[in-house]
Parts: sequence; structure tokens; C-alpha cells
Amino acid sequence: MSIPTVMQRAVTGRAAVRKRHNVGAVIAKKASRLLLLVLVALGSVVFVTPFAWMVSSSVKSTEEVMRFPPVWIPSVIHLEHYIEPWHRLPFSLYYRNTLIVVAFNLVGTILSSSIVAYGFARLRFRGRNLLFLILLSTMMLPSQVTLVPTYYLFAKLGWVNSLKPLIIPVYFGSAFNIFLLRQFMMTVPLELDDAAKIDGCGFFSIYWRIIMPLAKAALGVIAIFQFTYDWNDFFNPLIYINSPHNFTIALGLRTLQSTLLYTPMQQVMAMTLVAMTPVLLVFILAQRYFIQGIVITGVKG
Amino acid sequence: MTEAVGRLQPVPVRKRGLSQRAREEIAGYLCIMPWMLGFLVFTAGAMLFSLGLVFFKTDLLTGFHFVGFGNITKMVADPLFQKSLVVTSYYSFVTVPISLAIGLTIALALNQGLPAQGFWRTLYYLPSVTSGIAVSMLWMYVFHPDVGLLNETLRLVGIQGPRWLSSEKWAVPAFIIMGLWGSGGSILLNLAGLQSIPTHLFEAAKIDGAGTWRQFWNITVPMLSPTIFFNLIMGIIGSFQVFTQALVMTQGGPNNATLTIMLYLYRKGFQQLQFGYSSAIAWALFCIILALTLLVFRSSAVWVYYEGEVRR
Repeated sequence: MSIPTVMQRAVTGRAAVRKRHNVGAVIAKKASRLLLLVLVALGSVVFVTPFAWMVSSSVKSTEEVMRFPPVWIPSVIHLEHYIEPWHRLPFSLYYRNTLIVVAFNLVGTILSSSIVAYGFARLRFRGRNLLFLILLSTMMLPSQVTLVPTYYLFAKLGWVNSLKPLIIPVYFGSAFNIFLLRQFMMTVPLELDDAAKIDGCGFFSIYWRIIMPLAKAALGVIAIFQFTYDWNDFFNPLIYINSPHNFTIALGLRTLQSTLLYTPMQQVMAMTLVAMTPVLLVFILAQRYFIQGIVITGVKG
Repeated sequence: MTEAVGRLQPVPVRKRGLSQRAREEIAGYLCIMPWMLGFLVFTAGAMLFSLGLVFFKTDLLTGFHFVGFGNITKMVADPLFQKSLVVTSYYSFVTVPISLAIGLTIALALNQGLPAQGFWRTLYYLPSVTSGIAVSMLWMYVFHPDVGLLNETLRLVGIQGPRWLSSEKWAVPAFIIMGLWGSGGSILLNLAGLQSIPTHLFEAAKIDGAGTWRQFWNITVPMLSPTIFFNLIMGIIGSFQVFTQALVMTQGGPNNATLTIMLYLYRKGFQQLQFGYSSAIAWALFCIILALTLLVFRSSAVWVYYEGEVRR
């Protein structure tokens, strides 16, 4: 932008011609930007409409759900659709189970991924680069190949039908989180470690007292990713949990919708919305961290 | 220690008989131990075991019967497996390119310095945050032939919409539409990529008389190609594993029109307890994804441009 402007000013002889030309260009530019804004707004409507429809459907009467043309704002707001499902199914239990998994996994992923990342980022040992390359390649590995043996192992340990298979693996660190934290820890100046060493710190106190406090932002990022993952996870609970008292919210939602219960659409929409809300809220409130995390990992990838 | 003080040459500080270097090495291995153990058990060990299972007939409970290549020959001839390959490829090859194009278009539009950029970005990204079961539940009703959002909207403009999920022809397109709803997932990465393109490149091109279109193809696309490459790989891996929609919304129906590879694997293993056969399907899926990924990697030498890389 700046170079052409400077050149324009330099060529004073043509200034008048340029100026007349510029008025047209400015108008054209303004118009095209307005058009772009309208298009962006219209596109976002397409993306948001299913959410809005879900909200609207969740408070409609049965008659209004069926009505055509569709009613967007129901004449009477039926909030009972948000209460009735809790009598049909033990949703508080499902939420409790989900929260247990989330809480254990947040602690697990923060501790295990950070210590592994610290090893890869700050300590020198033989085979480090090769091992890190292996770690990266496991990120590409689709999990279905390891699914049956992992199931077999957990079945042998007697963990199937408990929350353990959803929690314990997280304590071995996840490749993605390790990668993200390692990229971040690489940016912390090594002089800090040297200074701490002179002050008599060992490697573990450097990790705990220097690197961890500095990595708070990156730890926040992985905490959000882990939370979103566990909250949305449907596949693992489906594989490992059979008895309803251990169901997470993902399995609870599916049960609500199952044909045996004949749940009205409004109730399914209401409970789906309730189940989505924590993740949506976390994303909206912590967007900065989301973006940071995606940028740390993505651009390098 | 007192001896060392008297000398001119510094002596490595020794604690408990180990050099600083050796201590660092041990600490390093200790730090990565959790991942190493997890890798040996849950990845390397599990993969070997899984590979072994391909040659057995087993329900994991009553024993393992060696069948040699039996599972593989059965799979190759299995019409349902072939069907699942077709269904999954159809879904993937349509969804991934369109999704990339949408993600790129939105990012380009948002990068023009529009007012409230963050707000629009949030709206486009929102669907990608809510994956899994909740999205499937929502779209099941969106696709409802009579009271669903999609057909009601189509009826407003005078089109009688298809019966989507209960139609053999329209069930996969329904999945594709639903998949495209999440294509905002790549915009954060695309935006970051766009913003990292040095502006002097565009300025230089403008001076040389390059129009908007030329600038897009000769600067934006090459500079953004590593990001596009990354999204492409992730898109292929993700779309070939499509599962939740198929299980929750259609149970693979109607007439197996939405039987994806993952759903077939799940059915054979966890519903019919044929874990050997299910492992064979898992390895087939793995090989397909690996082959496609390698293909994209090989092709990347031609179309992905890395700043600072010397061309061979």
C-alpha cells in the first residue's frame, strides 16, 4: 500500500489525472468491500442457522414443530422440554460421569504431556530426534488399528464397563499435546535453565519451577483441547461402556434419541443444546487460546 | 572440590559420581518415560498384536483359531466391504476438496480487514467446535423429510426436498452437507497462514502490474500451500474415519447406503464379535489412509512451497 502512494506523490505532474481516477477507484473499492461484508454476513447466517433452529425447536409446542411455513419464534415458550428429559433418563449421573472423566484427564494431560514435552524440548539425550520423529508419526496413525488390542487389554484388566479406559491412557501423554507444548517450550530462552542450574536447581525443579509457570498459556491451550475432546467423545465411551450407570453425556444423548423412548424432537433438541453449551462457551470465552494453540501446531505442521 | 579450586583448568562438577551430561541423559529418559511406555503398549505393541489378529478367527473370549490369509481373502470378496469402500471414498473425495475450498474462501474474505473480523470468525468456526454426537442429533432433525429445517426451507422456495437419510441416493449427500458445515475448522489455520505472508510480496507484485487474480495465484496460493497441504492431509485422515453420523443417524442404512468402513469394522468386531475379521478391515483402512497420505506427500514436492527451502 505505502509504496504506490509514495510514488504517486513523487509524480506530481500526473497528480490531477490520478486524483480523478482515484475517486472512481475509491468508490469501487468501497462498494466491493460492502458487497464482501454482505456476503460474509450471509454466509455466516448459513453456518449459524442450524443452531438457531435448534434453539427455536427446543421451545416449540408439538403443533408448531409441524407447522408450515416454519415458525421461528413460537407463540408460547415451552421450557418444560428442558426439564422433562431429566425424569426420563438420569442425566445428572451422565453429567457427573463426564465431569469425572474431564477432571481426571485435565490433570493427566497437563502433568504427563508437559513432562514429556520438557524432556524433548530442553534435555539432551541419545536418540532424542529419532524418538521425537516417532512421536510425530503416531499423530498421523489412525487409531482403529490399535482399537481391538487396546480393548482386549482393558478387558483382561477388568476395566471394560468402567471409566478407567477413558482416563488411564491420557496419563501416558498425547502426541498432539506433547508436540504443542514442546514447540512452546523451545521458545523459552535456555539461559533461564543455566541460571537455575547455577542456583543449584536440578532438572525436575527447572521443569516445575521455571518451565511450567512460563508455559501457563500453552497449558491452557491443551486443557481446552482436552476438555473439548473428552466432552465430545462418543467413540470411546461407545466401545468401553455398556451399563447405563457409567454412561457419559454422549451416550446419554444417544439413549434419549433411541427409538424405544419415543422422545419428542423438542426434548432431544433441548438436551442436545444443553450438552453443546459448555463447549461453545469455553470456545467463545477462551478463543484467544484456541487460536494460539492452532497457530503453534498448525503452521509448523 | 577444594582441590579443584587450586587448579587452573575447570573440572566438571560431579555429584553422586555422575557427570552433568550423564545426569541430563538420565533425566531426559525419565521425562519421556510416560510417553515411551504408552507408545510401547498402546501403539507399537497394539499394532503388532492387531497385525497378528488378522490371521486368526477370534471372539477374544473363547480362543484364537489360526486361519492364515482366510480373513483377507474373505474381505476382498466381501460385497459389504466393497460397498463400504465405495461409500467412504464417495464421502471423502467430495467432502475434502469442497471443504478445503470453502475454508480457504472464508479465510480470504475475513482477511480483507472487514469490521468485526473476530465476530465473523467465531460464527464460522462455531460448528467445528461441536463435533460428535450432538452434531449428529441436530442434523438428524435438520434432515427430517417433513419437519426438518432443510426441507422446510426448500419448500419455501418451491422445491420438494428428498427424503435425505432414508433415501439410498441422498443419504451420503446429506452426510456431505453436514461435513461441509464443519469446514470452518480450517479457517483459523488459513487466517494465520495468510497473515504470515509478508506484505512486501504483494507490494512488489502490484508495482510489476499484477492484478488481484495474478496476486492470488502467484503469491497467496504458493505461500499458503503448506497450510493447504496440512489441511488436506488432516481432511483425508478424518473423512476416511467417518463413523458417528453413520452409526447414530442411519445405522448404515438404507440398504447399506451409508455403511462406512469404520461402521463396518465396528459391526464386525464389537457387534458380531469377529475380531480377527474386524482387524483385517482396520488394516485395510490403515493401508488406504497411508497410501493416500503418501500420495499427497509425494505430490507435495510439486505444489507445496516452503519459504527458505532450496528446490531440488
